[in-house]
Amino acid sequence: MQILVNGEQHTTDAGSLEELCKRLGFADAKVATAVNGCFVAATARARTQLTEADEIEIVAPRQGG
Amino acid sequence: MLELYGTKFSSRMLLGTAGYASPDLLRQAVEASGAEIVTVSLRRESARAKTGQGFWGLIEEMGRRVLPNTAGCRTAKEAITTAQMARELFGTNWIKLEVIANDDTLQPEVFGLVEAAAELNADGFDVLPYTTEDLSVAERLAAAGCDVLMPWGSPIGSARGLANKTALQTLRAYFPDTPLIVDAGLGAPSHAAEVMEMGYDAVLLNTAIAKADNPVTMARGFARAVEGGRLAYEAGIVEPRDMATPSTPVVGTPFFKIDNAS
Repeated sequence: MQILVNGEQHTTDAGSLEELCKRLGFADAKVATAVNGCFVAATARARTQLTEADEIEIVAPRQGG
Repeated sequence: MLELYGTKFSSRMLLGTAGYASPDLLRQAVEASGAEIVTVSLRRESARAKTGQGFWGLIEEMGRRVLPNTAGCRTAKEAITTAQMARELFGTNWIKLEVIANDDTLQPEVFGLVEAAAELNADGFDVLPYTTEDLSVAERLAAAGCDVLMPWGSPIGSARGLANKTALQTLRAYFPDTPLIVDAGLGAPSHAAEVMEMGYDAVLLNTAIAKADNPVTMARGFARAVEGGRLAYEAGIVEPRDMATPSTPVVGTPFFKIDNAS
């Protein structure tokens, strides 16, 4: 299926958000996630199913003012 | 001491972590500033570069309290989701709430700000809203549960100092017991001293230090200005007057003649 990951087109057959994060190399990374504009807690990623055209945000700590 | 949401701090400067030429310069500037609270953000993480992971290591190493922001959010919804992600990522209920109206002024979009503040306060966040100097907005934020208010001095990164000092003084007078922090627009230590002399509780800045020719020395300069301004406020500043009054005693002035007195 085609989804958007951080604004870019991405093809995946990952069933869950957790699986997607793992495949992108974020398994042990300090990241937070949102799907279609809604926050998804780390503990909820495994039960969060992905569907066609989902918009995923994966964010990490960064410098800020 | 400065008290924000039940936590006390001896430093009255909150420092941003963005725009330094190197991580080492950031570390040294934070050290020199004495800031106990540093602001951070969250941004999209690239699977390849994983930039955020290294930055998180630096933040942990600095050992300061972290205040995540929602910089760049344009709607209440975006800000709320960003705050929720920040809470999990940084392990803190504190959020520097920003809802931005437009790119030219980066001014707060106050309607979305109040909406997001109400929802986040209800959800257990401790919200520090980046707002304008407008009193009616400040009242709405306070009613929405914000126990700290952060009006801007002037547009973010502009280094212009206080664009509307009178309104900031009005806010101070109207909210005598609410911690008030001027956030954004300060350029020189004198601006920070001015804020503190007005009885504001703290300043939040970033660009003025990060983009100075020598950020570490500038951090030291701001720290002293903040302290000096605060001490002046606590000491009670003499009211300005129009005409001179001699500071040296008049009595016993040599060559004094009563005819000269007028």
